[in-house]
Amino acid sequence: MRKQLMKGNEAIVKSAILAGCRAFYGYPITPASEITEAAAEYMSQTGGVFLQAESEVAAVNMLYGAASAGVRCMTSSSGPGISLMQEGISYMAGAELPCVIADITRGGPGLGNIAAEQSDYHQVVKGGGHGNYRTIVLAPHSVQEMADLTALAFELADRYRNPVVVLADGFIGQMMEPVEFPQTAVEPRQPDWAVAGTAATRGNLINSLFMDIDDLEAHVNALEAKYRIAEERETRAEEWNTDDAEIVLVGYGIVGRILKAVTAEARAEGIHVGVLRPITLYPFPTQHFQRLAMRARVFVVVEMSNGQLIEDVRLALNGARPVEFLGRTGGNVPSHDEVLALVRKLARRYLPVNAVEEERMANV
Amino acid sequence: MSSELISDYEVVHSRAKSFYERYERKPELQHQTHFCPGCGHGTVHKMLARAIDELGIQDKTILIGPVGCSVFTYYYFDVGNVQAAHGRAPAVATAVKRSHPGSIVIGYQGDGDLSAIGAAEILHAANRGEHISVIFVNNGIYSMTGGQAAPTTLIGQKSTTTPGGRNAATEGYPLQVSELLATLQAPVYIERVGLGDNKQIAQANRAVKRAVENQVRGLGFSLIEILAPCPTIWKMSAVDSQHWVRDVMEKTYPLGVFCDRTKEVQPRGLPEAGPSLDQIPHILGVADEDLPEGNSAVVEKAEDIDLHVRVAGFGGQGVLLLGEVLAEAGLDAGLEVSWLPSYGPEMRSGTSNCHVRLSSQPIDSPLVTVPNILIAMNEPSLRKFDLSVRPGGWVIYNGDTFPADCMREDVHVLALPFTQVAHELGDARACNMVMLGTLLEIANSLPQASIDVALRRLIKNPKWVELDERALTRGRELFKESLQEV
Amino acid sequence: MMNVEKRDRGLLRIDVDECKGCGLCVEACPPKVIGMSVRLNHFGYRTAEYAGAGCTGCGICFMACPEPGAITVLRAATRKAGQVPMIDTGMEGATQCASN
Repeated sequence: MRKQLMKGNEAIVKSAILAGCRAFYGYPITPASEITEAAAEYMSQTGGVFLQAESEVAAVNMLYGAASAGVRCMTSSSGPGISLMQEGISYMAGAELPCVIADITRGGPGLGNIAAEQSDYHQVVKGGGHGNYRTIVLAPHSVQEMADLTALAFELADRYRNPVVVLADGFIGQMMEPVEFPQTAVEPRQPDWAVAGTAATRGNLINSLFMDIDDLEAHVNALEAKYRIAEERETRAEEWNTDDAEIVLVGYGIVGRILKAVTAEARAEGIHVGVLRPITLYPFPTQHFQRLAMRARVFVVVEMSNGQLIEDVRLALNGARPVEFLGRTGGNVPSHDEVLALVRKLARRYLPVNAVEEERMANV
Repeated sequence: MSSELISDYEVVHSRAKSFYERYERKPELQHQTHFCPGCGHGTVHKMLARAIDELGIQDKTILIGPVGCSVFTYYYFDVGNVQAAHGRAPAVATAVKRSHPGSIVIGYQGDGDLSAIGAAEILHAANRGEHISVIFVNNGIYSMTGGQAAPTTLIGQKSTTTPGGRNAATEGYPLQVSELLATLQAPVYIERVGLGDNKQIAQANRAVKRAVENQVRGLGFSLIEILAPCPTIWKMSAVDSQHWVRDVMEKTYPLGVFCDRTKEVQPRGLPEAGPSLDQIPHILGVADEDLPEGNSAVVEKAEDIDLHVRVAGFGGQGVLLLGEVLAEAGLDAGLEVSWLPSYGPEMRSGTSNCHVRLSSQPIDSPLVTVPNILIAMNEPSLRKFDLSVRPGGWVIYNGDTFPADCMREDVHVLALPFTQVAHELGDARACNMVMLGTLLEIANSLPQASIDVALRRLIKNPKWVELDERALTRGRELFKESLQEV
Repeated sequence: MMNVEKRDRGLLRIDVDECKGCGLCVEACPPKVIGMSVRLNHFGYRTAEYAGAGCTGCGICFMACPEPGAITVLRAATRKAGQVPMIDTGMEGATQCASN
């Protein structure tokens, strides 16, 4: 396959259409607007539906309609818009409807700013809507992953009949990198549970209402069982130089890229650093953390937020290893130098060899 | 004897076929509705079911249920059912209809649902002229939640949240949805009817059928507002509440047709089928055979290349394009590349910059915080990034003289009036390409063929391609000349 | 056959289990041939009751009734002229039916 240079936001749309997505309902917001614009360009050309809704509230409820009708559908937004979509996300999880939502995170809370942050972690991964539900969350760190994980998102959405969020940030969305696409398009299929206006689907019902208390409990339990299966089967993470890692840097999205660059330099200084980059934020790749904890002495979570991912890391490690944190907000990016300085400091504190060396040098 | 007698009679009015015989989705009392005695919803349900029967569209019908007393439409209607969130039925209906244009999509909403929380959704669905039929049951109150005020509550009408009666000064006026929506250009048919007496009921029955029939005929958006009794919350008998609809409600909500374009509009047919699957990669521009082969074969010393470039200047100086041409050329040459535009706080005050990386190895971070080449297209950009340049790196500066206080011992500097050079070539806006030419000559790692490919891919106007080619050549010369001067 | 008369054009069946006794049909009926039962039904409602005669088969009660199947309206089968059978009032039949 040949590669071409493309923005992450455009790669999402092209990948979605190749994956059989034929409906986009959205509302523009910086820094996700290129997704809406690319969808406007390509959906109609490929026999799909594009509609710019009057609000994110309407857009997500249109997704509910399209998914009910059995069409692979998606939307995109950013922080404030995702907040408004939480109503529909909860309804879709409750009614077991598949859809893909791209969140190109910006700064918050409130209007925040349009710079890149990773502060939507809580509202996306923990579910900002009401009720007992989960969304599957995929976090790309390159334009190629924007394409690949979008295609995967549609598969997972259908497999689990649940909303899937592609959680990226302004950098990954705006950045151009070489990307390659599958050369065949997935054929859109009408699922048999959908309501399609046909005799065969007349008896179908899309609904999240269960008046009987036992019925609702059974439904919630069924959803939970589904999430347990996802936790067993769908976790993904990238490990980078972790085989002998004593310090494990943890970050997702663009931060993962920075951590990789830091790793090369820290290793040149003899510090055994590795990177663990969660790709699925839910289900969380707990096993990777537990396995690396057997060798690593400390985990360092780096985020473009004031500490959201870190809560899941702590839960995954369950006290087995100390967890340090470096976070920047407002659109600032944890710099290479900041991370490297922290790594050096932690190496002195946690790694015996370095500690001994430090002491020896101090005595010289 | 009785059976013989009955056999001489024909059933003329009975349970519509579009209703389930028994309401099996209802947890209990499956032989009767959940509505209170005398509730208008039951009457409207019957009108709608009868219309579906008469139009022969049961299999094609998709009913979008609301939140409110009529939340359980799916208990009763033997059609495709989708239960929507409060107020969102028009948004849901929009997408269902657009997904299956051949289906008949009917939204059913009460007045709290449609006129309060869903005011935006109904307004925009109507304004887009969605090909749906909306049945809007207005009883002037939130009934399911126990009698709170709605936008439709009458002036002076008591509710649990207007215990002294609705006061226009604090709660505004009853929202006349039909009149409001009739101001729009797109709706095809809007009528308000009532359930206040036999005559009104007969008219309501005709109107409901008409709203659905309009959709069957492919005409567009229809909405029927039905003034309906709520004996329980109004605390009246069923008969008294029926009379109240006619004698009181109707004064605020006059009955009639507010919009009828059914004779003017052209029926819409079904949309054409989309392209075949094998066409899709071509339409998206991702098919291999549509992409260039590239010039990776001619790249020399590929293992050595590791460019960290920062390009900075004012917006409009072609900063991003310069970076894009460089990245495109790098890709064509078979290198790993990334291009990241200035983003976030740096976008303020009209400045613009981008990060470009070209490498023979996979690129870890696309952020260029320590460039080995800085292109500064003006002085503020130089001052902003000068100190970030890696020792041994290059600063290419657009200016006659390099500011003395920015001078560093450990970096190479080339300061030239590139804008002036571009102006002499024919257009000052080609300054970015002159500077790129200089960068390419310094980096000396990309084949000219790749530059040509990148230029042609990104610049569509042949006049500009020609000018930019000359600009690139001139930029290369400028660097060579600078070496001779030293 | 002293009581033979022209039969009613219409006939009503009322499902006393489905009827909630709102009385809208009583109000709606033009010839006023529907009343309310004295006895309560299984669910505690007084239910609509056809007086047994005088139904014109107009169907207005059916449309006024909020329950999908509480009322069924029948109309005399149309026959060729001269073939309309002269029958009893139909009261027995309607009563029978209403108690179904």
